[in-house]
Amino acid sequence: MSEKEVDEVSGTQTTGHEWDGIKELDTPMPRWWLGILYGTIVWAIGYWIVYPAWPGIGSYTHGVLDHSQRDEVTANVAALKAARAGRERMLAKASLADIQKDPDLLQFAMAEGKAAFGDNCVPCHGAGGQGARGYPNLNDDVWLWGGKLTDIEHTITVGVRSTNADTRESQMPGFGRDGIVKPQQINDLVEYVVHLSGRPADGSAVRRAAPLFADNCASCHGAGGKGNRTFGAPNLTDNEWEYGSAREDIQDQIWNGHGGVMPTWSGRLSPAEIRALAIYVHNLGGGE
Amino acid sequence: MHTVISDGRRAGMAAEGVVRSDAVATNSAANRKLFKSRVRIHPKEAGGHYRAMKWVMMAFTLSIYYIVPWLRWNRGGTAPNQAVLVDLAHERLYFFFIEIWPQEVYYITGLLILAAVSLFLINALFGRLWCGYSCPQTVWTDLFIWVETKIEGDRNARIRLDAAPWTGGKFAKRVSKHAIWLAFAVATGGAWVFYFNDAPTLLHQLLTGTAGLGNYAAVAGLTFTTYALGGLMREQVCTYMCPWPRIQAAMTDIEALSVTYRRDRGEPRGAHKKSDTWEGRGSCIDCNQCVAVCPMGIDIRDGAQLECINCGLCIDACDDVMGRIGQPPRLIAYDTEANILRRQAGQPARHRFVRPRTILYGAVLASVAAIMLLTLTFRHTLDLDVIRDRNPDYVQLADGAVRNAYTLKLMNRSGEARALRLSVSGIRAREIKVIGDGEIKTSVLLPVDADRVRTLRILVTVARPDLGGSHGLTFNLADRAGRESRAASAVFVPGNSR
Repeated sequence: MSEKEVDEVSGTQTTGHEWDGIKELDTPMPRWWLGILYGTIVWAIGYWIVYPAWPGIGSYTHGVLDHSQRDEVTANVAALKAARAGRERMLAKASLADIQKDPDLLQFAMAEGKAAFGDNCVPCHGAGGQGARGYPNLNDDVWLWGGKLTDIEHTITVGVRSTNADTRESQMPGFGRDGIVKPQQINDLVEYVVHLSGRPADGSAVRRAAPLFADNCASCHGAGGKGNRTFGAPNLTDNEWEYGSAREDIQDQIWNGHGGVMPTWSGRLSPAEIRALAIYVHNLGGGE
Repeated sequence: MHTVISDGRRAGMAAEGVVRSDAVATNSAANRKLFKSRVRIHPKEAGGHYRAMKWVMMAFTLSIYYIVPWLRWNRGGTAPNQAVLVDLAHERLYFFFIEIWPQEVYYITGLLILAAVSLFLINALFGRLWCGYSCPQTVWTDLFIWVETKIEGDRNARIRLDAAPWTGGKFAKRVSKHAIWLAFAVATGGAWVFYFNDAPTLLHQLLTGTAGLGNYAAVAGLTFTTYALGGLMREQVCTYMCPWPRIQAAMTDIEALSVTYRRDRGEPRGAHKKSDTWEGRGSCIDCNQCVAVCPMGIDIRDGAQLECINCGLCIDACDDVMGRIGQPPRLIAYDTEANILRRQAGQPARHRFVRPRTILYGAVLASVAAIMLLTLTFRHTLDLDVIRDRNPDYVQLADGAVRNAYTLKLMNRSGEARALRLSVSGIRAREIKVIGDGEIKTSVLLPVDADRVRTLRILVTVARPDLGGSHGLTFNLADRAGRESRAASAVFVPGNSR
C-alpha cells in the first residue's frame, strides 16, 4: 500500500492498487445502501426481542409476542372447525336421502367428501376413484357390498376384512393352494367362468366343471354365478373383473383366492365425514 | 446548428425589457457525462394559451377521476348500483350498462389495444398530447408544482429558498408544502380504492377505521407513489422510467405536429438592443425563458428530444417575449420538422395529416373498435362450457356399456333468474343423467340464478353395440323462449370396447 492518493477526475481516494497504469478507485458505499444495511441490523435486533429467535438447551427465547406458528395453525384449524360445525351437525343428523334433496347441504357434503377422499381413499382407489387391480373401481355400477348410500356408508364405517368387530367379512378359499380341488379341475373351472361371462369357452371343460362349480362356488357366487352381496361375492357374468378377465388371471384367483383389505374408518373419521364420503362416492356416478 | 452572435454574459438583458434567464438545459450536449446526478429544476410559472389549456385539462381529468366512482347506475336486483365498479370479490366488472365476466377479459385486451393504437395515431397527427396534457404523471406533477409555487414562490424565489440557510420560515414553508403534497397524495390513493368497492360504504368504513386492511394498504401504497412520483421525482419519471418517450420515436415522423422551435426564423440568435436592426439575424434573443418555464428542464431550441412532453409552456413564454419586443408570436409553435425544412427551402408550409402511417393506425383503430362494438352488441347473455372428466377417462359398466362424465358450467349473464333448457345431440346414448336432476329424456329444464354460473355433472352412457360410432356429442343450451341458444361440442371416449 502506498500513501493515500486521490484521483483527480473523480475526487475519490484510490486503493493504491495499480495495474498497467490503471488505478482502482476506493469508491465508498452509496449512503442509501449503507442506510439499508444498518436498518436491517436494527430490524434484526427488534426481531430477536419480539419473536422467537435464539435456541437454548431444551428451549428457546420466546420473544415478547410469544408468537408460535404451531399455535397459529391450531387456532386456524379450530376456527375452521367452528365455522363448519353447524353444517357438520346437520350432516350427521339428516338422513342420507334428505341430504341428496338439500342442494346446500349436498354441496357441503360433496366438498367435504372430496377432500376426505383425497386424504384417505386415493392411495388405493385412485384420484378419480377409478380403482386398480385388486382395488374396486368406484365409478361403475358394480358393487361387491351394495351401492346404495346406506351400503356405502356402512362399508366405509366398518371396512372389509378389517379389525372392526362388525367388519364386512368373507374369504374366498385358495382352491389350488389349499388343495381343495385338483389343478386340472381348476383349468376346467376357468373355462366355466369364461363361459359364464358370455365368452367362447371349451365346451367339454365347461360340462366337466358344472358339478364342481355347484359344489364349491355356487354357495357364495350363486348357482348362475350372479354373485351375492351378503358375502361380497362378485358377479361372474358381467364385464367387471377385480383381479383381471384373462384366463390366467381367473386361474390365479381360483388357485389363490385373493381378498383385499379395506380398513375401518370409524374412529378415524367422524360420522359426518363418513357420511360426506358416502355421498361423494355415490355421486361419482355408480350409486344405486 | 445555431450560431451565437453575441457571446456576452449568460445573465443580463437579452433585449430591452427582457431579462435573460440563466437557466441551462439539463440534457444539453455540452454537459453530458457517463453518470449524471439529477439537476434540480425550478420551472417558472407560465401564462398564456397553453397554460390555460393545461389548467382546463387538469380540472377535467381530475374531475373524472374523483367523480366517476360516485356515479350511480340502477341495475335492479341485487347487482351493485355503482356505475363503474371492479368487483374483485365477485369477479365482475361493471361499466354503466356493460357487465364483464372474467371469461370475457378479451374486452379489456381490446380496450388496451384501442388505447395503444389511439396513442400512436394521436402522436402521429398531433404529437405527444397525452404526455403534455392527460398523462397522470403530468397532471399530478403540474398540481404539485402549482402547490410549490403557491407556497414557496416562483422560480427565482424557490432557487433562493433552496440556497438559503435553514430558518424557521424556510422550515415552515417546506413542512407545509410536503403536508399539502401528502394530503393530495392521500386523496389520490383514497379515490382509487372507490373503483373497487361501493364508494359511499367504503368512505364510511375508511373514516371509521372498519375498512379492510387491503384498502388501507392500497391507499398507503398509492399515497407513497403519488407523493414520490408527482412531488419528488417529477420529470425523472418521464425521462428515465417511462417507455413511451422511447417507443414514440419509432411511431412518429417529421410530418407529426410537435412543439417546435422555428430555427428557420430564430437563428442566428443573440441579444438585441432596441436600437439594433432585426436585419440579418433571427428573432430569438436568447432570453432562455423557454428553458426557465420547461417542467422537463430542457431547451426546446436543441430540437426534438425524448424529454419533451409537448406541453407547450415554452410557446406561452416565448409568445410573451415576442410581444414585448414587437416580433410576431409563435417563434416556438406547434409545427412540424418538415415545415421547417420546407421554409428553409423556400417552399410554403403545409400539413400532411393523411400519410401511410396515419392511415395504418386509423385502419387498425377502426377495425379493432368495430370488432369490439360488434361482439358487444351481439354478446350472449348465456353461455355453456363443457369440461370432460379425464380421471377416469371412461367407466366401463357391468354389461359392457361405457359411461363418460362431463362437468357443465351454465352461465346466466342476464339480470334475472332463468330456466335453461339443456339437451344433448349427436350421440346414440342409452342414458344421459344430470346428477341431482335426474335423467334427460329429450331435454331438461335447469333453473339458473340471475348473474350466476351453475355447475352440473352429467353422465352419458352408451350401450355396447353403439360404441363403435360414438366419438362426439353436442350439448345444447337455450332459454325457454328460444331467443338465445348456445352449443358446445365434446368428445366421447368409447374406451377399450372388447
